[in-house]
Amino acid sequence: MDGIAGNKAPVVWALNISVVALVLLWLFPTLGLFVSSFRTGDQITASGWWSAMFPAEQTIQLRAADPDENRVETESGVFVVEANIFGEEAFEGELTAWATSSRNLSAFAPGDTADLGDGETLTLNADGTYIWQGNDDQISGRGQRIFIDATTPPDFTLDNYGFVLFDENNSEGMAKAFFNTLTVVIPATIIPILIAAFAAYALAWMDFPGRALLIAAVVGLLVVPLQLALIPLLSFHNSIGIGKGYLGVWLAHTGFGLPLAIYLLRNYMVGLPRDIIENAKVDGATDFQIFTKIILPLSFPALASFAIFQFLWTWNDLLVALVFLIDASGQTTVMTKQIVELLGTRGGDWEILATSAFVSIAVPLIVFFAMQKYLVRGLLAGSVK
Amino acid sequence: MTGVTLNSVIKKYGETQVIHGVDLEIEDGEFCVFVGPSGCGKSTLLRMVAGLEETTGGQIHIGARDVTKLDPSERGVAMVFQTYALYPHMTVKENMGFGLKMNGHPKNVIDEKVAEASRILKLDEYLDRKPAALSGGQRQRVSIGRAIVRGPEVFLFDEPLSNLDAELRVDMRVEISRLHREIGATMIYVTHDQVEAMTLADKIVVLRKGVIEQVGAPMELYRDPNNKFVGGFIGSPSMNFVGGTIKNGGVDVPGLGRTVAKSVAAAHESKAVHVGLRPEHLSLDPAGDTFRVDLTESLGGVSYAYLQAPTGERIVVEERGDDRVSEGDSVGLNFETERVYLFDAETEMRIR
Repeated sequence: MDGIAGNKAPVVWALNISVVALVLLWLFPTLGLFVSSFRTGDQITASGWWSAMFPAEQTIQLRAADPDENRVETESGVFVVEANIFGEEAFEGELTAWATSSRNLSAFAPGDTADLGDGETLTLNADGTYIWQGNDDQISGRGQRIFIDATTPPDFTLDNYGFVLFDENNSEGMAKAFFNTLTVVIPATIIPILIAAFAAYALAWMDFPGRALLIAAVVGLLVVPLQLALIPLLSFHNSIGIGKGYLGVWLAHTGFGLPLAIYLLRNYMVGLPRDIIENAKVDGATDFQIFTKIILPLSFPALASFAIFQFLWTWNDLLVALVFLIDASGQTTVMTKQIVELLGTRGGDWEILATSAFVSIAVPLIVFFAMQKYLVRGLLAGSVK
Repeated sequence: MTGVTLNSVIKKYGETQVIHGVDLEIEDGEFCVFVGPSGCGKSTLLRMVAGLEETTGGQIHIGARDVTKLDPSERGVAMVFQTYALYPHMTVKENMGFGLKMNGHPKNVIDEKVAEASRILKLDEYLDRKPAALSGGQRQRVSIGRAIVRGPEVFLFDEPLSNLDAELRVDMRVEISRLHREIGATMIYVTHDQVEAMTLADKIVVLRKGVIEQVGAPMELYRDPNNKFVGGFIGSPSMNFVGGTIKNGGVDVPGLGRTVAKSVAAAHESKAVHVGLRPEHLSLDPAGDTFRVDLTESLGGVSYAYLQAPTGERIVVEERGDDRVSEGDSVGLNFETERVYLFDAETEMRIR
């Protein structure tokens, strides 16, 4: 029994642990996708996304400037090359150590002077400037190799998003697919809710013959797999002239969503206190007024939670869109289809895939976090004791 | 004239009949209370008057109109529910104005009537709150206010005080009584609490198993019950019943250890009867030793002594004054013969 002091059942612990596990299971891939979408392809190949948020320590192999062009004879027989090892660009990392041989990395601290033998010396400062000094023979040929241990700060870029969303030359961009998906999803969420709310009220609170049978039929339809209806429905759409297009996919989503919608909403509405509805009847409200003034406002949590379900399911849908919407023109491609295409054409470009994927999950994430409080059923507090 | 008349009203759920032909006349402006044990059909009867349950047979008239087949909203009634049934998403003001709004009254009329009702019920400062922010008593006042605002011909109350705590119940009882005086409309009130029934009613209707047992003013039912059920139901603690037989024109009551002389007994020679005695009409005789005191309950002003008769029957006696018996004492009983009620053991009808 929970709630009794000092007697916490093991099942509570099991519950808490599995909740944490589920949250982590969900959180890590999302976060990984999010972080990866801000990195360049090279960064993704070089290191995991989890290391992208911290300064990275790495050894970089560089070469001093070409001595034949850059050397200056300061006194007779002494040649000097003075330059910055990082070239013109400013280096944002921190130089921690350096070496001139790959066999003995991190041999010198910044500012140290390395003796390269026979009077040849090299001094490297923390800001990357160096002085390479020696005789005619030594300061010639190829530039001296320098191995630098550097700590580089996290480096993120918005270029991926620019490319995926705003680059007009990118035929595989997500912008059009994003708006196509919205065009599918918004009506495909609103239409079934409108229909289901009316149906649910009638099934919950209006007396008419055959009501129980209708409810049973709705429950039965819940378990019918939609694949069963794809082909007949498509040929029906073709024969009545809807064909492939937005109207077709709206109708299909509406039809496939209705059983669950009616079932959920009816179950919620039937749980509303009978006295409230009877009182409204005594008060002279018609069925329609009871529905709009009393039932709808009180059913808001159920409406919102179904809206979230239907929104997420239609947003992520590929099958129904492929069957009823996407035609050869490619003008009505939705995001799921676009990502499938990208997997084929840009399979190696993880930064593009990660960014596209994150674009497609961003809206569901926002919807979920913005609406989650409506999932909590708290509106009824205070109506009855 | 907005009395309510029920004419052999019947209610059936499928094959089960729950109201067995009720005839009742409620006068204009009368406060009528339906009482009875759970499942006696009192709420069903009220809901039939409201129009929330269909009437299977018979007629219901409100005033001169036959409302048997009318919708609830067309009957000119307002109902107050046990659970308050407030609309949780509306403020107090919107709750009270809802009925008028549904009937298409203009806004200024609604405001005026809501203001009037909230003045009567002292709800002015709560008008903009939602029901969740009110206490139980305030919620019930709002729900009564919602009824007042519509200016109905008949008010229907379905156990309106059952959800309140004891103290609040007394306050609200007084308030409802005051309201009835102020408005003067016909009211029908369902309760299983006989204290509410006794204090509020002009007329009490005692129901049992879908049949009216007796109709009358509270004191009339108390003083002159028609049968054993009404005798036992009205009055608290309830009437004591002990078995007896009529012999030689008197009633031989072994439980009391004596024969009671009753003039009405003569016509029913050798009939088995129940002898009814109210606790408040009995007094203890410390000198006697017929009864053993099983238990005493002291409420302060009164005590109740539970006596065990030689026959094993239990008798409750009300005691006032300073000398009270204690458990284990042996006592006798005194009572006035005219306070004794006789009921036929078979039919349970009063013998008078």
